[in-house]
Amino acid sequence: MTGTGSLVRLILRRDRLVLPLWVLLLAVLPITQTAGIAELYPTERGLREFAASFGANPALVAMYGPFTHWNAAALGVWRAGFTPVLLGLACLLTVVRHTRVEEETGRRELLGSTVLGRQAGLSAALAVAASANLAVALVVLASFAGPGYPVAGALATGLGYAATGMVFAAVGAVAAQLTESAGGARAIGLSALGVAYLVRMAGDSTGASWLSWLSPFGWSQRMRPFAGEVWWPLALSLAAVALLSLAAYALAGRRDLAAGVLPPRLGPADAVPGFGSPLALAWRLHRGPLLGWSAGFAVFGAVVGAAAKAAADTMAGNARLMEMMARLGGSANVADVFVASVMSIFGMGAAGYAVQAALRMRGEETLMRAEPLLAAPVGRARWMAGHLVFALLGPAVVMLVLGVAVGIAYGASTGDVAGRLPGVAGAAVSQLPAVWSLAGLAVALFGLLPRLTALAWAALALFLLLGQVGALLDLPPAALDLSPFSHLPKLPGGEVAATPLLVLTAIAAALVATGLYGFRRRDVG
Amino acid sequence: MSNVISVSGVTKRFGRTRALDGLDLEVRAGEVHGFLGPNGAGKSTAIRVLLGLLRADSGTVRLLGGDPWKDAVELHRRLAYVPGDVTLWPNLSGGEVIDLLGRLRGGLDRDRKRELIERFDLDPRKKGRAYSKGNRQKVALVAALASDAELLLLDEPTSGLDPLMEAVFTDCVAEARERGRTVLLSSHILAEVEKLCDRVSIIRDGRTVETGTLAELRHLTRTSITAELAGPPDGLADLPGVHGLRADGGRVTFEVDDDRLGDALARLAARGVRSLTSRPPTLEELFLRHYRDGDARTANGSTRTAGGDARPVDGDARTASGDAR
Repeated sequence: MTGTGSLVRLILRRDRLVLPLWVLLLAVLPITQTAGIAELYPTERGLREFAASFGANPALVAMYGPFTHWNAAALGVWRAGFTPVLLGLACLLTVVRHTRVEEETGRRELLGSTVLGRQAGLSAALAVAASANLAVALVVLASFAGPGYPVAGALATGLGYAATGMVFAAVGAVAAQLTESAGGARAIGLSALGVAYLVRMAGDSTGASWLSWLSPFGWSQRMRPFAGEVWWPLALSLAAVALLSLAAYALAGRRDLAAGVLPPRLGPADAVPGFGSPLALAWRLHRGPLLGWSAGFAVFGAVVGAAAKAAADTMAGNARLMEMMARLGGSANVADVFVASVMSIFGMGAAGYAVQAALRMRGEETLMRAEPLLAAPVGRARWMAGHLVFALLGPAVVMLVLGVAVGIAYGASTGDVAGRLPGVAGAAVSQLPAVWSLAGLAVALFGLLPRLTALAWAALALFLLLGQVGALLDLPPAALDLSPFSHLPKLPGGEVAATPLLVLTAIAAALVATGLYGFRRRDVG
Repeated sequence: MSNVISVSGVTKRFGRTRALDGLDLEVRAGEVHGFLGPNGAGKSTAIRVLLGLLRADSGTVRLLGGDPWKDAVELHRRLAYVPGDVTLWPNLSGGEVIDLLGRLRGGLDRDRKRELIERFDLDPRKKGRAYSKGNRQKVALVAALASDAELLLLDEPTSGLDPLMEAVFTDCVAEARERGRTVLLSSHILAEVEKLCDRVSIIRDGRTVETGTLAELRHLTRTSITAELAGPPDGLADLPGVHGLRADGGRVTFEVDDDRLGDALARLAARGVRSLTSRPPTLEELFLRHYRDGDARTANGSTRTAGGDARPVDGDARTASGDAR
């Protein structure tokens, strides 16, 4: 443990911007939702109606967890139900970043030769994660206690978040011991996170609610903040943190520096015959994420599709809700509205994948891996084209997989696969023009302003925010129209409007062309 | 003989830094040309301009008869490149990378690949992330040497290689020259340069300070003199062209510019020489002088009035921090 303190300071120095940023952003999400709801529904009657309509929506229950109470704070925390997932993700990535990544790059070796305990790296990463989670809990507590919401509920919310965050920090610590590559460790950790979320989703949206007790996300939700707090599920999270951390320390103590518990595999001595073009290389680099996103979308799509009919049945009895949803989704068919709203959320996800795939080019460039190809007889445009295939067609594949998964599951539940599938798949594909315009933005930034490619992520975050809370915050339509997603027709069920789809596609094409033009004229590196 | 590489007056700025500041470089067909200079002198920048990865701000660059920026793809069919710091894709094996780069250049001789892998003692099945620095370097070397390129651009290719592998590399470059290839070799290893290079260019602060064969460079410089004199070496220190004079009783050692050698010897003879040894500078001394004395050279030799405000950034930084204090 010697030297842990110095390593903690090193981590805080390196993450001095990014760490406070996610701590603050995630910690204020529940109070933002609560404040928005409280402003929109100042009366008890309004709140009760809002709660009755949204809390009965099985899709929202599947996504956010079971609905607990109609008061504004409970509703806000419920609507911010995705926060623990994002927090878990941030903690997991932070721990891997400061353990396995350090080893893989050889930096830990340099530090390890100084007066530094064997477990100092792991301890420092976990200590930083614990401090960040504690900070999240404190900010949540202060943000609710300040305006006068009950302290117990604020505490339960904050501690629930922190506990979930710590569980996934510990998951990251274990994953970091297993593989030699940071990518492998991240994949293991993310799979664990995905499974935990799916298990909770399955538990909350089917009758088998015991399933939710198997997931860390379920534990923190069952603390029932602002709805008669229950404290003992916190013990489950703490026990899981303790067990996982012990496992991580035991594994770390047994292995060599930079080695993994799972043995690395050798590759082939010769490449397969077709491996000799920028496109073939791009396939090798992009196939992992493409398969991962496709698998994820297939599973989530099937769950959502299966829940669609149940959602429709539940809502069918609620005339007021039907009316509201029809306004919102542009269709009187509740199941269609449900599917349409889910599609736009997945569309944002696919846009995230598209930006990630497009910015792979920047990663290859800064890691000096573009150089050997561009020093071979490969033109800049041809090199880019290999990556663009995946940045543009990858999201198309992923959305098509989603559409088919939702369509089959939804069709199966209504006994009409052939009737449902085309409309649902079409709805999924109709998201693509908006997805492509974000990919295009990333490509244009790469070509013209390579140092500012992170702006593509900022744009996606902005559009996500506009889509999620824009209507709630009563923003002017002009602001909401900034997001390409706001221009998409509401499918299935709504009118198919070709113009916005064509315009968005044209914008995307122009942005991609700009990126190609810029990259062919600028310095590489 | 025609020039394979011909660079003249090339400048390249990165923000306020002048990485190249009037670089000249001539590489003749069939020669191994040493490209030397201290760290940060601009060697890698120059090579990346030659590859068309960077565009020169001014000056002319010709490579294999073409413009490396405009005709990059065509020219790259005829050259192979080894970067100074090789990074590989973590999930590709070394063998796959060698095949990929070879096929991009239009095919690769399998037997030659196998032979080079054996000579460099490389395990081609390991994944990119599992290689040490030296082994990553070997992957790039095998890929370049297995190609049939007429020009090899090698940027400190032996960094990280053990002496055994350095010897293999030396053999390979010698063989490449025998087959009529042209090689531009950036290096810090003097033994390697001495063994391989027909001509060398030394650059400092982005400009060429010396170019020629090693014999010419030695000739153009100073001679070290050690002499025992009958009397004190009065006046010798004031003689133009005499450097680093040290007197210890009647024994003096100094260096003298070759064009002033006659004057110095005449002065010594007037003092009564008892013994005298003179020797040409070693390669080390030669390079150290060029690496270190660049400032004086640049300042004296420069008539550019703009030179003052175009100093490298680290000079500015030093001034700035000095002012702050």
